[in-house]
Amino acid sequence: MTSDVTRLPAHEMAARLRAGDLSSRELAVAHLDLAERQDRGLNAWLTIDRERALAEADAADVRLAARRTMEDELPALLGVPVALKDLVSVKGGQCTAGSHILEGYRAPYDAYITERLRDAGAVILGKTNMDEFAMGSSTEHSAFGPTANPWDLERVPGGSSGGSAAVVAAFHAPLAIGTDTGGSIRQPAALTGIVGLKPTYGRVSRYGIVAFASSLDQIGPFARNVRDAAALLHAIAGRDERDSTSSPVPVPDVLLHLPDDDDAANGLRGKRLGLPREYFVAGMEPGVEARIREAVTALEGAGAIVEDVSLPHTEYGLATYYIVAPAEASANLARYDGIRFGPRRGAGQDVLADYLATRGAGFGPEVKRRIMLGTYALSAGYYDAFYLKAQKVRTLIKADFDALWAQGFDALVAPTSPTVAFRLGARLADPVSMYLSDACTLPVNMAGLPGISIPAGLSEGLPVGLQLIGAPWSEAGLFGLARGYEAITADADWRTLEPADLPALDVPSTPTPADRLAPHAAVAR
Amino acid sequence: MVTLSRTDVEHVAHLARLGLADEELSRLEGELNHILDQYAVLSSVPTDHIAPTAQTIELENILREDVVRPSLPSEAVLGNAAETEGDFIVVPAILSGD
Repeated sequence: MTSDVTRLPAHEMAARLRAGDLSSRELAVAHLDLAERQDRGLNAWLTIDRERALAEADAADVRLAARRTMEDELPALLGVPVALKDLVSVKGGQCTAGSHILEGYRAPYDAYITERLRDAGAVILGKTNMDEFAMGSSTEHSAFGPTANPWDLERVPGGSSGGSAAVVAAFHAPLAIGTDTGGSIRQPAALTGIVGLKPTYGRVSRYGIVAFASSLDQIGPFARNVRDAAALLHAIAGRDERDSTSSPVPVPDVLLHLPDDDDAANGLRGKRLGLPREYFVAGMEPGVEARIREAVTALEGAGAIVEDVSLPHTEYGLATYYIVAPAEASANLARYDGIRFGPRRGAGQDVLADYLATRGAGFGPEVKRRIMLGTYALSAGYYDAFYLKAQKVRTLIKADFDALWAQGFDALVAPTSPTVAFRLGARLADPVSMYLSDACTLPVNMAGLPGISIPAGLSEGLPVGLQLIGAPWSEAGLFGLARGYEAITADADWRTLEPADLPALDVPSTPTPADRLAPHAAVAR
Repeated sequence: MVTLSRTDVEHVAHLARLGLADEELSRLEGELNHILDQYAVLSSVPTDHIAPTAQTIELENILREDVVRPSLPSEAVLGNAAETEGDFIVVPAILSGD
């Protein structure tokens, strides 16, 4: 497998491209071939655009050839493939957000991050599957069928960015873009054994991204190692005047120069880390807790100072989130009315009847639940009791974190998900059980903080994610700590393992994830 | 905390412009009440003197020069509409005929 370019880290792909040992076209073809051959069993891609990808790869090869001999510093991702969650606009391409209500829609412009990735010379392979409008924690709420987890095809990859996580875990792409509103990058990263970062609110422009909950949504990177994730964040972060919430806070170039193993491990010395006791929640699997405790021991062994801390309002996070996010979603999703875009249903005689028909047919069950919840929470007579109350509790949740930053903690250490990947269908019958998947991630969105999930070993053969949470704008610090952990566990046996069910994806008759879900879904829905 | 009746669910669906089948309304009545039960925990948090948080960053009053800039061409904007006529999107009648 050593000669298989799909197994390389993105930064080594980039180095080989610069050295002229490899062309961007060869790299794209290797990934496209693998993705096309294996996606039946994974259903992680909603579209693979071979023609466009090869054109971009050829353009990257021209840039590489022209500048290889020059002093100019080439963009870090020049010629490297990337996958986009299917809520990122690519001019002329589909952008379904996992929903029937956007079927047939073609984006009339590029998202800000698409422009940035183009400028950087990254090669966009295609668009990945997701829970409809990013609402879900398993990718089972996609209108286009569920995605499977490469570690066990009977299990979910997490969500909502489950397609992006699965393609990176399965080596279909070295890098992918996701969005995280309550854990939708970190939780699937944890469940598929890869790295995923949710940046500080305001770090990345959302221009051209389908909105879910505007005070919580952030765009972030997936990769199989910390350096690659940092490089992808560097490529997309920064102020964009078309998203007024994007911040002018500078994006540090250190993201492109994270330390080598020895320096990274030494960097852990003296770092002050908090271990929030409330994140070791009831229902947490013993195997997950064991891996997190071992990670803490390893960090302490490298000289980090880990202290028990408290985030006392954590228990209110779930309820607060499930008022704020649906309320914002119900407003954002009012635009899907079949008038300006998307399929229109109804007889064309009565505008209200057409709205009801278009939206009733176009949205799936989870999106309807959230629109209903949000509309109710904002409706006359209930606004104060629900939405305003939740916004006040949000203040307290944020204040819990602020108090720890004021005490000088460099970061907090926690599990990303209380469980490993669960079985397809296991949580569909009870929405609240699905919502609990994000208990350890959604407070971070409520407070607008950056959080990263990194692989921390296996429990019962399935990946466990370690979450590091930082103060606003501390991404470089988080990546440094994550590099440190990566360095001190570089020789661990589990680091050498590939997802266990990858060989099954090469069987032409392998069942699709929808086939695997069907016997359970009949009970669940 | 609060219980949603079937009539309430129908009212909210109407506010949200969601055309739902009878079985969807019935299922939602159960599910929404189950979710609302989880909200009850918030009533125990004292918040009388707490300001609400609507956003988490310090940015405010982002201003820019009011200058004319190119916008998307009308073909690009109209291209996704279900029905168009010339430079217009065709919509169902909003006012009744009389």
